[in-house]
Amino acid sequence: MTTHLGLMVIFALFVSIVFAVLTRDEPRQQVLFGAQLFGGFVGAGILIGWLLYPLPL
Amino acid sequence: MRAAAADRVQATSTTYLICAVAWFIPGAGHLWLGRPQKGIVFLVTLTLMFAFGLWLEGRLFPFEITQPLVILAAIADLGIGLPYVVAKGLGVGAGRVVAITYEYGNTFVIVAGLLNMLVVLDAFDIAKGRK
Repeated sequence: MTTHLGLMVIFALFVSIVFAVLTRDEPRQQVLFGAQLFGGFVGAGILIGWLLYPLPL
Repeated sequence: MRAAAADRVQATSTTYLICAVAWFIPGAGHLWLGRPQKGIVFLVTLTLMFAFGLWLEGRLFPFEITQPLVILAAIADLGIGLPYVVAKGLGVGAGRVVAITYEYGNTFVIVAGLLNMLVVLDAFDIAKGRK
């Protein structure tokens, strides 16, 4: 659970829940928007991770 | 005319009281304003996020005037309200710099505080009748 990916997924989950509940009033809308945010955060994290992969550290 | 002004002052002071309560207990502002679903979600999620950050050995930053960035982190930490006070009281949040999860923990703790500040602003808007 304390891998970089695992922590990123947990972080994305917390932030998505708060933003979705903050910006939407209907439970269905909250779930849909929360899922979109979560997918966006995780997808963007993985994409950026792969883009940075060839760069030397 | 004077009664209307007095009502306005009372409404304003109630709004700021709601904001203070919303800051001190995450989600309490929404509970006060009759939005229990949102209030409970904020209470559980933000408290859990803060506790998770401390479990990851994140640090509650001190108010050091000589280090402006540390002060900003301390303000963000304080944004969570009561959980911060409880953590300080229990003596957790010292942070262990050599822990592999130290920076992750800091991120969770800081973002939990910042998100609670957003929640307070939302409660302010609701109290003002803007939402």
